[in-house]
Amino acid sequence: MSTIEHHGTYQPTTGLGKWMDARLPLPRLMYDSFVAYPVPRNLNYAYTFGGMLSIMLVLQILTGVVLAMHYNGSTAGAFTSVEHIMRDVNNGWLLRYMHANGASFFFAAVFLHIFRGMYYGSYKEPRELLWILGCIIFLLMMATAFMGYVLPWGQMSFWGATVITGFFTAFPVVGEPIQQLLLGGFAVDNPTLNRFFSLHYLLPFMIAGVVVLHVWALHVTGQTNPTGVEIKSKTDSVPFTPFATIKDAFALIVFFLFFAYFVFYMPNFLGHADNYIEANSLVTPAYIVPEWYFLPFYAILRAVTFDIGPLTSKLLGVLAMFGSIAVLFVMPWLDTSKVRSAVYRPWYKVFFWIFVVNAIFLGWLGAKPAEGIYTFLAQISTLYYFGFFLVILPLLGLIETPRRVPNSITEAVLAKSSKKNGGVTQVSGATASPDNKA
Amino acid sequence: MSDTTTTEHEELPTRRDFIYVATGMLGVIGAASVAWPFIDQMRPDAAVLAAGQPIDVNLEAVEPGQAITVTWRGKPYFVRRLTEDEIAAADALGEGDMKEFAPIDTRLGGEEVKDWVIVSANCTHLGCVPKVVDTKPEGWYCPCHGSVFDMTGRILRGPAATNLPLPPYVFTSATNLVIGTDQA
Amino acid sequence: MKTMFAKISAIVVAATLGLSVAATGAFAAEYPIKKPREQDWSFAGPFGTYDKGQLQRGFKVYREVCAACHSMNRVAFRSLEDLGYSEGQIKTIASEYDITDGPNADGEMFTRPGTPADYFTGPYPNREASIAANGGAYPPDFSLLAKARAVERGFPTFVFDVFTQYAENGPDYIYSLLTGYPEDGEAPEGVEVPEGTHYNPYFIAGKSLAMAPPLSEDIISYDDGTPATVEQMSKDVTAFMMWAAEPKMEERKSLGFKVIIFLLIFAVFLYLTKKQIYAKLEH
Repeated sequence: MSTIEHHGTYQPTTGLGKWMDARLPLPRLMYDSFVAYPVPRNLNYAYTFGGMLSIMLVLQILTGVVLAMHYNGSTAGAFTSVEHIMRDVNNGWLLRYMHANGASFFFAAVFLHIFRGMYYGSYKEPRELLWILGCIIFLLMMATAFMGYVLPWGQMSFWGATVITGFFTAFPVVGEPIQQLLLGGFAVDNPTLNRFFSLHYLLPFMIAGVVVLHVWALHVTGQTNPTGVEIKSKTDSVPFTPFATIKDAFALIVFFLFFAYFVFYMPNFLGHADNYIEANSLVTPAYIVPEWYFLPFYAILRAVTFDIGPLTSKLLGVLAMFGSIAVLFVMPWLDTSKVRSAVYRPWYKVFFWIFVVNAIFLGWLGAKPAEGIYTFLAQISTLYYFGFFLVILPLLGLIETPRRVPNSITEAVLAKSSKKNGGVTQVSGATASPDNKA
Repeated sequence: MSDTTTTEHEELPTRRDFIYVATGMLGVIGAASVAWPFIDQMRPDAAVLAAGQPIDVNLEAVEPGQAITVTWRGKPYFVRRLTEDEIAAADALGEGDMKEFAPIDTRLGGEEVKDWVIVSANCTHLGCVPKVVDTKPEGWYCPCHGSVFDMTGRILRGPAATNLPLPPYVFTSATNLVIGTDQA
Repeated sequence: MKTMFAKISAIVVAATLGLSVAATGAFAAEYPIKKPREQDWSFAGPFGTYDKGQLQRGFKVYREVCAACHSMNRVAFRSLEDLGYSEGQIKTIASEYDITDGPNADGEMFTRPGTPADYFTGPYPNREASIAANGGAYPPDFSLLAKARAVERGFPTFVFDVFTQYAENGPDYIYSLLTGYPEDGEAPEGVEVPEGTHYNPYFIAGKSLAMAPPLSEDIISYDDGTPATVEQMSKDVTAFMMWAAEPKMEERKSLGFKVIIFLLIFAVFLYLTKKQIYAKLEH
């Protein structure tokens, strides 16, 4: 924070405030981080997902904690206890539908948040650690969501857990012992469910811890903005409160509108009908499909159908899937461009949008049976997924000619508003934010 | 930006203030509405309430001088049939013998002969289950902190301050008792 | 690398072949053969409610026909209140079921009449018994069946479903299945069905299922005089099953309406506030 000019610092006015400030300057920390903290004046709505995600994390933890008051983490009682929540517990249906759909909306927001970061180059120096912390949060979220999905102990819970833990058997020698360690047995059973419950309760708090680091890192480097130019003078920024707070709040409520629509009217749309059948180790559902937010990665896993030398397709598939997330970690070093924001990178912009469409396409493929044309298309898509990171990003920085980058945020804002208002520069900041939405 | 708000304070309450206040109030209402289900879910749920329905107790096998313990809503209750001597011993107690006086009629029940005591089996001190004793006029002794109750569950001495409470009950016949309601 | 390229080109060829095979329809038979027929349900849409008369009729179909094989273990008698039954009626219905309870003071399990707090008991003591009694086929429990069956809608229909609030996959499927047996009971010419199964083009997991057509005209008689056609009974029992699977649906939809209205108003005010605040941002 020290590198950024402050709009105002915390001045305790009351006696209690001064007393507190001398002993535990928590109000000062809050004030400096969430009130006076300067944010670029040209942030658009793509920058509101971070705030949304922290609220969603809190909401997931709260609904989760109260659901755990009624849930029974045993193979004999899990399915029944979930139905008990749905039928008997006061507002239990609401809390459970909020929690289940909340996971989906959490992922929806995190995908948009990641895409925003990719578009505006938020991963680039000096924000590499901020980006990596985000990737760690993403990984933890995936682990949490996977284990959470096992808890209702429906057919998809059971078979999803069986398939996912089966990944580990792809590794020679160590694979099977690792799988048994995870399962606490030879198959997904009571010990598995019980430990998944425990870990599902624990991991969100670890996520919250990494989120604190993520926000800390953000407040050290400052936020990026659509221009990719850092804050240079006081006119480039506005204080977090009220400007960013109110914008985040508005975006959050709009987000909640979509969320409420699903919770109240389409609560099972994002789930699987098979999960309303209690787990049965003798009957496998016709298609085992993960939750939608895992589908792109699932498609990558299944795209590898060939062996390479001693490496089996099974192992390669698992490596490709893990690799598809691992590659995010090194993204800051794969991008060789000097320009941060895609706004000024005509070619990167094109490849980025192809990447987004490709990711959605992978998701669609993940829901399709792994056979025939689907496998082939998944292979092409997977190739582009990795090609984007490993080939396009490094090369593009060397060959692309970026457009002229403005000298400052203020300059960009003024140029934009004068264009809109036929030369009149006296306009409000609200309309001055660039239209680029990631 | 600190210089941009200087002119605000001189204005009278305006549409702007209305919007701020209304938005803030909506926020408070919204937060409170979201909080409610989180609190409400802790109340006894429909299954618990249904399971807390009145229970039938068959009294056929209980002889005078015997006590049985039954469970209603997850808590134990004593159903004790007194002998004539025991009733007499309890009846002999006066207001000065106990910490909370209650006439003996209010403590006894029964279809034909009022020789039944139906009381909570949780000591009114801190909830332990007292032991049934037969050292007239003492009827219960709590091993936790030494409270002593008479044959009808009235507190004689010890740390407990009140009598063992009576649950709602009704005799539907001489041998069938319903605990949990006083409506036949 | 060389082998990898060879493999990839082999895959390209194979995939092209696969595509052409898939196009001719010979690739991986897809069930159900026919898509479920969409019905008008009283509980569909944002203001959907259950029709109590229909639920009571459906309950009668369940009790007198389906319950011979199908259990409904997760539904408590007390919840029949939703169907419009009085406390006394519920007690009577519950007492018609035998509940195994115990152990008693002698350590014996005993049977007693059901109370409103008990749950529906099935015709079989356990899953294995139900499979053994039905020639190896498991008659699924009814409690959640209306939510546990959904025929894939496919792209782009599932996208439109978000806007039309189509969530009646289960009921449409069950209704279609019940009314989907061929009239003569025979599979179409050239279709072989395994011994002991019954052809039904709406069945989700094959061309035939173990359940014989369960409903026939006037197999029961309705208390309210509604003609007991197969069509009517199928619809009623399906609605009943939807209620059994999602008893809180009415509460959910009515609360949802209030929540959405509130959020809309709140969003408008937040937007106005935001505009006010950003209006201060001048150069």
